[in-house]
Amino acid sequence: MREITLSKAVNEAIAEEMRRDDTVFLMGEDVAEAGTPFKVLSGLVEEFGTERVIDTPISEPGFVGMAVGAAMTGSRPIVDLMFGDFLFLVMDQLCNQAAKTSYMSGGKLNVPMVLRTNLGATRRSAAQHSQSLHALVAHIPGLKVALPSSAFEAKGLMKTAIRDENPVVIFEDKLMYNDKAPVPEEEFLLPFGQANIVRQGRDVTLVATSSMVQVCQKAAELLEKDGISAEIVDPRTIVPLDEDTILDSVRKTSRAVVVDEGHQSFGVTAEIASRIGEKAFYHLDAPVQRMGAMDVPVPFSPALEDLTVPTPEAVAERAGMICRGELVHAA
Amino acid sequence: MAARNATRNASRNTSKRATRNNSDAYVRMYRQMVRIRAFEDNANQLYLSAKMPGLTHMYSGQEAVAVGICEALEDSDNITSTHRGHGHCVAKGAEFKQMFCELLGKEEGYCRGKGGSMHIADQSHGNLGANAIVGGSMGIATGAALTAKRLNTGNVAVCFFGDGATAQGLWYEVMNMAALWKLPVIYACENNGYSEYTKTEEIAAGSITARAEAFGIEAFEVDGQDVLAVNDLTTKLVARARKGEGPFFMNLSTYRYHGHHVGDINRDYYRSKDEEAEWKDKRDPITNFGKWLEDEKIMTAEELVALNDEVRADAEAAVQYALEAKYPDGSEVTMHVFHEPA
Ligand SMILES: Cc1ncc(C[n+]2csc(CCOP(=O)(O)OP(=O)(O)O)c2C)c(N)n1
Ligand SMILES: [Mg+2]
Repeated sequence: MREITLSKAVNEAIAEEMRRDDTVFLMGEDVAEAGTPFKVLSGLVEEFGTERVIDTPISEPGFVGMAVGAAMTGSRPIVDLMFGDFLFLVMDQLCNQAAKTSYMSGGKLNVPMVLRTNLGATRRSAAQHSQSLHALVAHIPGLKVALPSSAFEAKGLMKTAIRDENPVVIFEDKLMYNDKAPVPEEEFLLPFGQANIVRQGRDVTLVATSSMVQVCQKAAELLEKDGISAEIVDPRTIVPLDEDTILDSVRKTSRAVVVDEGHQSFGVTAEIASRIGEKAFYHLDAPVQRMGAMDVPVPFSPALEDLTVPTPEAVAERAGMICRGELVHAA
Repeated sequence: MAARNATRNASRNTSKRATRNNSDAYVRMYRQMVRIRAFEDNANQLYLSAKMPGLTHMYSGQEAVAVGICEALEDSDNITSTHRGHGHCVAKGAEFKQMFCELLGKEEGYCRGKGGSMHIADQSHGNLGANAIVGGSMGIATGAALTAKRLNTGNVAVCFFGDGATAQGLWYEVMNMAALWKLPVIYACENNGYSEYTKTEEIAAGSITARAEAFGIEAFEVDGQDVLAVNDLTTKLVARARKGEGPFFMNLSTYRYHGHHVGDINRDYYRSKDEEAEWKDKRDPITNFGKWLEDEKIMTAEELVALNDEVRADAEAAVQYALEAKYPDGSEVTMHVFHEPA
């Protein structure tokens, strides 16, 4: 199968959907000629014109609000939010308006919009350009949240997001834009709420999202050298969450480490770990482990930043400890 | 449009005769502009030689704005800075060593390496921080002015932001309150014509000065390449703001010489080489002010060269120092999440 970058995968997904459906349009800062700072959208304005690929002023609450209104009235906007950190600027429009419209109208109105943005630290961009804020959005009922972990997911999930009748927030890992993965040439969509078993294993389940899937793949290789067989489950979307696949895996391995790049407290790792605790408790041989980003703003200095996110070595170490029965309660 | 007519055009000042007792201030302004340029040239070199983590937005070309304004301020006055903040930082009194240390994420940096280029600030001189959120400091500057008024400190606050930031709704909210409450804040729009890779005129409707005037705020257009014009206007506005006649708005036309950030090298698709050359060759704030200092016999050509050499040597020594300086200890990662009074 051909291999393409994550960037190209997103670009293809959007182009295909724009060709298929005239109501799809794109807006955001520097999305047209510049094709975004990460060059993900290059070429789209040439094909679809400035009527459908719209450069906006630096007015995030304004254009997200407009996307909500456009979506309620027959358009399917894709809004580009340059950095996930800018979610804090658009929270009212996203969480009070987009998320609640279907419910507040008793199902009479809906908001089929996609907000595409990113997550991920270690790019030396400091505290306001490095956050992974997907848990914050996932907390709000009415928003779907997709976390592609490779070019393949990025394409399939984006196409599904565009066709969804609800607001979907899709977070790409900004460090992965140039990473290649096999992506079929033929059209395909990936359903929401269906986890992917990235790797089969017997001894421990690593539940990993987005950027952490690669980290866990490397961790699994390290564990293998110690004779530990790790299974990796990538939920792909956290709303909706495919609980069954996660629970089935944990029931088989009887151990779990949940790894996600959001802050550890009150986040994705907490949610998934507690569901495992609630629903697979009697299958567990060790306390479920959580590994998220440290509960600190992301520091600039490489000497500090690298300490804040889970590494393959740290994941392997933690997983190894629970497999060897060395850790009864997390430190 | 009535509001437009009310826009003051600050007179270009370079035709004025220098007064002897100001010559120290002139030399200082020149030096500060040269220091900013030297800082940026070294920052660019650090990026190109892969010694600097991440990216940085360079201030080169805009020196007269930061310097003209900050030279009109007292040390205790506040400023808020932007993602393109090295110039403001230098102009408000920062030292090279701690700045380069910050740029490289070292412990001795002004923010102990936690902020980096986009948050660089010497807090001890009233700089309330550089901001990576476009428009993110507009509330902060206005709030500093609220303190100045409530506590009667006599301070003013200058809010630096780019033309692109005028699209942020926050600005209109705080201008309204600043005008209602007559706060001593000066909104300084560094209008370099671009928001990243887009000409700002393509994404801004109407007139920017008229927007401030709609709130009853006096607005001024000034040549941001002319350090004396900037300094002269700011000096007057600061004095008036201290008397409770603020807030004010300045639209300073200027130009960034480099790309949006150091990595933005092929930029023909959004702005022409001719346009860049025009600004660099004819309107360079440092070259032109240097000529004026010579014409006015404040400095000789040799003195100008010597000053430039001295500043460049300082900058290079500071770079060397910062390269060898140590990174913060890993234990610092959890420090400062919450403030612990010393
Ligand atoms: C809220 C927000 N939106 C978008 C960005 C990305 N961004 C960084 S700088 C910039 C352009 C800013 O233009 P301007 O205010 O004119 O400042 P300049 O870069 O020209 O100095 C943009 C869009 C950001 N940092 N923050
Ligand atoms: Mg600008």
